Amino acid sequence: MKKEHVEAIKNDPNFQELVSKRSKFAWTLTIAMLVVYFAFILTIAFNPSALGTPLSSDSVTTVGIPVGIIIIVFAFILTGIYVRRANSEFDDLTAKIKKTAKENE
Amino acid sequence: MAMLYASGAIEGAVEQQPLNMSAIVMFLLFVGGTLGITYWAAKRTKTAKDFYTAGGGITGFQNGMAIAGDYMSAASFLGISGLVYLKGYDGLIYSIGFLVGWPIILFLVAEQLRNLGKYTFADVASYRLRQTPIRSLAASGSIATVILYLIAQMVGSGKLIQLLFGLQYEVAVVLVGVLMILYVTFGGMLATTWVQIIKAFLLLSGATFMAIAVMAHFDFSFGSLFATATEMKGIEIMSPGGLVSDPVSAISLAIALMFGTAGLPHILMRFFTVGDAKEARKSVFYATGFIGYFYILTFIIGFGAIVMVFKNPAYLDLAKQAIDGGSPILGGNNMAAIHLSHAVGGDFFLGFISAVAFATILAVVSGLTLAGASAISHDLYASVIKKGKADGMAEMKVSKYATVALGIVAIIMGIAFEKQNIAFVVGLAFAIAASANFPILFLSMYWKKLTTRGAVIGGSLGLATAVMLVILGPIVWVQILGNEEAIFPYKYPALFSVAVSFIGIWFFSITDKSDNAAAEIEAYEAQFVRSQTGIGAEGAVDH
Repeated sequence: MKKEHVEAIKNDPNFQELVSKRSKFAWTLTIAMLVVYFAFILTIAFNPSALGTPLSSDSVTTVGIPVGIIIIVFAFILTGIYVRRANSEFDDLTAKIKKTAKENE
Repeated sequence: MAMLYASGAIEGAVEQQPLNMSAIVMFLLFVGGTLGITYWAAKRTKTAKDFYTAGGGITGFQNGMAIAGDYMSAASFLGISGLVYLKGYDGLIYSIGFLVGWPIILFLVAEQLRNLGKYTFADVASYRLRQTPIRSLAASGSIATVILYLIAQMVGSGKLIQLLFGLQYEVAVVLVGVLMILYVTFGGMLATTWVQIIKAFLLLSGATFMAIAVMAHFDFSFGSLFATATEMKGIEIMSPGGLVSDPVSAISLAIALMFGTAGLPHILMRFFTVGDAKEARKSVFYATGFIGYFYILTFIIGFGAIVMVFKNPAYLDLAKQAIDGGSPILGGNNMAAIHLSHAVGGDFFLGFISAVAFATILAVVSGLTLAGASAISHDLYASVIKKGKADGMAEMKVSKYATVALGIVAIIMGIAFEKQNIAFVVGLAFAIAASANFPILFLSMYWKKLTTRGAVIGGSLGLATAVMLVILGPIVWVQILGNEEAIFPYKYPALFSVAVSFIGIWFFSITDKSDNAAAEIEAYEAQFVRSQTGIGAEGAVDH
């Protein structure tokens, strides 16, 4: 891509909006996933019996089991949240950027 | 995935089962079907683009299933359910570790990868850097990962087929190798993708049936399932066991699983088979869903095996029991799911699951071989040797030769390593992927100041650290080489090797004041724009 084109796109307010919104969103979701996962891992390392506590006095099912399942579902939901926003809002912005770039060629 | 062979590989002298007729029939049906697909794919594979990316027209949903298929290998299905069978909750911890890399890939890497690359991840890593050194390093990292993974798969598959179909080990290995060469050479990415999709569908269906059968036995009450399981094996299986016993190992394993996934060449390659970034995102969404669902199933299956297979005289290995005591099952813990399929569905269903396990092996080794062949032909031949001026048809020819060569290497390695303890091999593959492939890829996308020198030195240091720490660690140094105590005390080196890699890349980039470096820093903007918008990206091919 020619340098002037690159500069033009970089100065396009749509591009700047796309980059800032997307990176904020992507990093927020990344940190959410990392925090949840590492909290789980560190609990296992430092306090495994927390996860080993039975859910109630007459059940053998431990806290860890619903926690584990919830983390799996959480990971899936996070991907869904990202894809929903990216496939609509971010792709709309990208389309605008591409249109402007084509007009300027 | 085959890391889980550590939990008790298909052990001992594998006794060949008497030939199971329904298994053989289904296996032949499957082989026939997939060769048919290969023939269909071969007619549509005319260009290099077809060969590497199936023409770029795979949809997000199809790719999601294919990626999930790559992930749900036989080692994963048998190994994770085997680990749950053996240790209970620890199996779930492992599963979660494998899963959480996917959202991270989606948020940080998937779209940029699709926007910047063409056929291999080295396309992306070397985008604005000097081609020869980066491609060589990336291709080496890819080939190393692929060969290690292939060794584990070939040995595992040889033993599995020997056990399930009654074939001799060497025959089994040669059979897998030959079929894989056929699929890839003639059908390329189109064949391997569709074989993965069909296999994923069969595996998920079979596993769903098994899980439902198990739950039906307990009137769909998880409480009863767990209660009976604890009666059989004790209450410890409901809590974390000794899998991750100290924080360093825990974090190190977590890092290896998360970043290793984002550095596996055969997974990354699948991102180039879809039309655009939008489909790439959808791929990860669907893949994460299928994989998450699969891990929930293997958890239920593992517990089902505790209840229905453990101490069941039909599956007891009497010979082993006479020596070691306890209640070992035939073929070792990794056979738990196979025996369970017999327990819930008789010989017919056992045959189905055995054929599916075979399908799984073939699909995964095909994907691996294709990734290795493309590293050789696209990265080494076309870019390093021919400096980007290779003819498309010549490149494709080299891919096919490379496939045959890799297939032969895989067969030889599979036979050679039959009796070795190969449990560390996939762990090492993940460590290399996490330490050499991922850091360069990631920093190339996000860090303006990355230079060729930094990437090469840092990446190589990461790679060397991973290899060295695995050799000096408890598995190789103590268990295999027989020394007293491991020089490096942890089983998982990723925390250290990934750190070395990032620090090395950073340091050697910022201290690089050459003209090359300045040009590379300049070129970042253009790369960034393309990675964010897809302007200039490779599109899908019209057939």
